[in-house]
Amino acid sequence: MSKELTGSEIVLKTLQDNGVEVIFGYPGGAVLPIYDTLFGQNSIRHILVRQEAGAVHAAEGYSRSSGKVGVVLVTSGPGATNIVTGLTDALMDSIPLVCITGQVPTHLIGSDAFQECDTTGITRPCTKHNYLVKDVNKLSSTIHEAFKIAKNGRPGPVVVDIPKDIQFAKGNYESLEDSKIKNHRVYKPQMTGDEKKIEEALHAIASAKKPIFYVGGGCINSGSSTSELLLKFIRLTGFPVTMTLMGLGAFPAGDKQSLGMLGMHGMYESNLAMHDCDVMINLGARFDDRVTGRLDAFSPNSIKIHIDIDSSSINKNVKVDIPIIGDMETVLKQMLKIWKNKNLSVNKISIDDWWKKIEKWKEIDCLKYTLSDEIIKPQYAIERLYELTRDRDTIITTEVGQHQMWAAQFYKFEKPKKWLTSGGLGTMGYGFPAAIGAQVANPESLVVDIAGESSVLMNIQEMSTAVQHKLPVKIFIINNEYMGMVRQWQELLHEGRYSESYMDSLPDFVKLAESFGAVGLRATKPKEVDDVIKEMISTDRTVIADIVVDKNENCFPMIQSGSAHNEMVLNKNQKQDEDSAKKGKILV
Amino acid sequence: MNTNKSVYDAPKQVSKSERHILTILVDNEPGVLARVVGMFSGRGYNIESLNVAEVSLNEHLSRITIVTEGTKEIIDQICNQLMRIVPVHSVNDLTEEGSSVEAEVALVLIIDESSAKKEIFRICDIYRARKIENENDNIIFEIAGTSERINSFIKDISEVGKIEIVRSGPVAISSKITKKDEE
Repeated sequence: MSKELTGSEIVLKTLQDNGVEVIFGYPGGAVLPIYDTLFGQNSIRHILVRQEAGAVHAAEGYSRSSGKVGVVLVTSGPGATNIVTGLTDALMDSIPLVCITGQVPTHLIGSDAFQECDTTGITRPCTKHNYLVKDVNKLSSTIHEAFKIAKNGRPGPVVVDIPKDIQFAKGNYESLEDSKIKNHRVYKPQMTGDEKKIEEALHAIASAKKPIFYVGGGCINSGSSTSELLLKFIRLTGFPVTMTLMGLGAFPAGDKQSLGMLGMHGMYESNLAMHDCDVMINLGARFDDRVTGRLDAFSPNSIKIHIDIDSSSINKNVKVDIPIIGDMETVLKQMLKIWKNKNLSVNKISIDDWWKKIEKWKEIDCLKYTLSDEIIKPQYAIERLYELTRDRDTIITTEVGQHQMWAAQFYKFEKPKKWLTSGGLGTMGYGFPAAIGAQVANPESLVVDIAGESSVLMNIQEMSTAVQHKLPVKIFIINNEYMGMVRQWQELLHEGRYSESYMDSLPDFVKLAESFGAVGLRATKPKEVDDVIKEMISTDRTVIADIVVDKNENCFPMIQSGSAHNEMVLNKNQKQDEDSAKKGKILV
Repeated sequence: MNTNKSVYDAPKQVSKSERHILTILVDNEPGVLARVVGMFSGRGYNIESLNVAEVSLNEHLSRITIVTEGTKEIIDQICNQLMRIVPVHSVNDLTEEGSSVEAEVALVLIIDESSAKKEIFRICDIYRARKIENENDNIIFEIAGTSERINSFIKDISEVGKIEIVRSGPVAISSKITKKDEE
């Protein structure tokens, strides 16, 4: 047996063993021993954030853009409670994280000690799993297991709560190899899909007349070859593809088979195709309410195939006909193999007819908006950003709201892991710290946070983090001086009573950037937009670009909550019928 | 292929809500019960009764028996959500699988205010309730069996005296050998 290590040395060694290069964190009393061990080493880089919420979102951005597990280190009490939003965000969007939290010493647990909180109790419903380690000899095996659980199956966040006395105590270290031998009995997600079900699905695909692929975030979270396999299989069929907000990038947006995003602010043609299809192939999506709209009118005449690694996603919201439980990469390989072996082919003539119908829907040009010479349209700003950054290796993060939807509509993603947005939880304040994490993981990439002026203020303190660590992230603020999406709903559903949605007393974002030692730019006229974007890109420092846009622009097309896919509202002049608007109010 | 399999073709069928007994094998570790119970409360499902005890000392496994109510879809969702919990090894819906035996224990304190001892013992005899303590007018009986049997015992006995009851809630076992986790 090797010599004994202290708990905090074990923590660090376990992280190194699991290939951790970066930790996002914030010190405090209950994690001081771990910070002390961090002090004397160079193998793990620590990024000091300015509030713990920033640490989790940064770790999410790091993980989503690199495919690695994101690691967070925070103290007990407020440190732990501040990460709750980020944990929930990661759980909803299936992002693998390991969060190490300090805890008061074991003998003080339960005494309402200073900075004590029931971390495992508070984080139980917002993590995939969590631990309180009370024996230093179990510390290394617990952290190894935490990594395994975080990244396997449907990924998610795992919390390891470590009391301060355990960090000081001496104990044995178990290497990753040793711990693999003693494999956790329970956690064995089903990877391979049921062959019979796959055959059944492939026969349905082969005989489909009006099919559609409905691609979700599972295609991005699964192994690195998933996108390639997906492209291969979808090309074989020639079927149209629509992607969820989380699935953008899994299939190239520029491909002629891509119809773009679906759902509440999705493309007209995507939603109509979903409604009218006869075979729906759901690949790693979860029938979210923002996608399905009114459930009893959701794609009423289709055979639904659903492939997901999480069995609880199946039949949760929508009853499906052919469920396949398994890992997307593995199942796609199985599908390709069986498709070839069985010599299957698609119903070409019907598919051609189906495409003709879809082309007709496309002619509506649902993203159309009116350009202006005087005032910057938010859509225009994002379109220009796309045109001027598309040839680079660009990663886009967003906050939450109108700008997020416009970004999803107007920025075309050709590859996975380039689009990081808070889909499930809808966390305002996500985008900027996520951009910091993405920049840490991809120092050569251009990382742009497409932000709203309200969202970005929720984690603006991280400016200090970005500048300290010389991370040249760009914050591209679509500034309409409103919580735009709230204002839009108030206009459409609450008779224009703009209760508390106006952003008064906003900072001067240019001066704000400068005060942090970053660069501030501003565009107020359409003709200035290109220059500001070009300057933003060429500046090798943290930049805030304040794009002052039309305050009254609404995000269309839209399916208002309580409506069905074929009841889309295309623009301002089109009113929704009153009955579904009333129901929609509740569902927002 | 028959497209009618999709629930949306037919007028919305609301399937019947039924009582189900779930038996859940878990690692006996701190917090595991909170995880299971938290899933029920967090997702809005009901627990009618809950029972938990260690069943394998050397493997540290506990068996949780939960009686819940819901449509088939809801029960399926409950089972799937339970399987997402890391220390949960297996979930069996005994009601769905059929051929299971359930039993419950109740302790009943009867205060014999109206000197009806004879009648009390007669009823207890019928139900095979065992007397475990008899102090003056206070008699404690233990009864085991199905919940229905206990219900009807309580109904009968409460007519002869003032009673106080504690019930364990049912535990159940499949009469077939359930497939144990491999390994």
